[in-house]
Amino acid sequence: MSEVIWGMATSHVPSIGAAMDRGKTQDPFWKPLFDGYQPAREWMAQHTPDTAIVVYNDHANGVDLDIVPTFAIGTAERYQVADEGFGRRPVPDVIGNPELSLHLLKSLVDDGFDLTVFQELDVDHGLTVPLSIYCPDPGDAWPCKVVPVLVNVIQYPQPTAARCYALGQAVGRAIATFPSDEKIAVFGTGGMSHQLAGARAGYINPTFDKMFLEAIQTDPESLAALTREDLIRQAGSEGIELIMWLIMRGALNPTIERIHETYHVPASNTAAALALFDNRVSR
Amino acid sequence: MTTDDTPTSGSHRTDTYVFDGQTSRRGYRMNKLFMSLRDAPARERFLADEAAYCDEFGLTAAQKQAVVERDWQAMLDLGGSIFYVYKLAMMDGKSMQYLGGVFTGMTEEEFVAALRAGGRTDV
Repeated sequence: MSEVIWGMATSHVPSIGAAMDRGKTQDPFWKPLFDGYQPAREWMAQHTPDTAIVVYNDHANGVDLDIVPTFAIGTAERYQVADEGFGRRPVPDVIGNPELSLHLLKSLVDDGFDLTVFQELDVDHGLTVPLSIYCPDPGDAWPCKVVPVLVNVIQYPQPTAARCYALGQAVGRAIATFPSDEKIAVFGTGGMSHQLAGARAGYINPTFDKMFLEAIQTDPESLAALTREDLIRQAGSEGIELIMWLIMRGALNPTIERIHETYHVPASNTAAALALFDNRVSR
Repeated sequence: MTTDDTPTSGSHRTDTYVFDGQTSRRGYRMNKLFMSLRDAPARERFLADEAAYCDEFGLTAAQKQAVVERDWQAMLDLGGSIFYVYKLAMMDGKSMQYLGGVFTGMTEEEFVAALRAGGRTDV
């Protein structure tokens, strides 16, 4: 049977990928952020998954406003890296795991989560930046297969935090019944506090972010109780992306060990964080 | 902050836009136009005759004016999603920090400085 070996929560700010693509990670502005990733990267390099389930949102690249799935899953063998307007990132295409995708889909639908299915999907920075944070130098191929799980965080009404947490728990149950001996990592991406538009643009809330970083491990139920309005008020209109961390958290065991965390302001307009959790501590 | 369903337009500056279903319906054709600008041939056609390109996508007169005049605030007020509006800004070589400055009455440099000082924690 398969198991989740670790979970990572991370921001997916496009400029983090651009800094890597352009060799700027040691520039004074970017160095603190990338130095902060290093201990997590070293640990993850020693604990490699066969497949990463990456929970993310598209940003008008692979999906437009014609169809706005609340939750969706990719079932493809391969996902092209999206051209977001000025050429695609110089990173490998993403190799899927259709068997796991289809197992998750059936299990989740049976569990009451009726996901939309993407048989074809270009993946944007929301997915590729977290992969780069895990693996900065993939060479010709990423070191693991990927199952994309998409969440609508752009158009109101976004799913509730509670529903995201419950979906994560269902993902955890589904992985446990996948009849193959796979090691799986779950990425919850987006956040932390940020707001791109309106007179409140540039909003950052380090107090809320620090609370969220702690509670994602120790008290996810309290985070699942946050309303959309709570999240927009306290984390900014784009900070609502943090609901995707709860899907990652739900897929993990009740007791997890924090391997590393880092928090940095700003990456572009965003408070950027990474939190890495070992899921194999409570057996 | 403003979280009602109908972000206001005009002189009032909205603190926080909630991109809801009504807003998305209002901005649908304009956002489709922005999405199209991911492709280089589309950008060339847009730049050759911006007004005609707006007509092709069925923008309202106000939306067309906002796009042609690069009135970023008006684009949001007329149903633009920031992630879509940003496609046009990128085409113009403008950054998200430039837009942040426009929305907050700052220069791009002032907006970047505010973020690098820890972000706008008091708004």
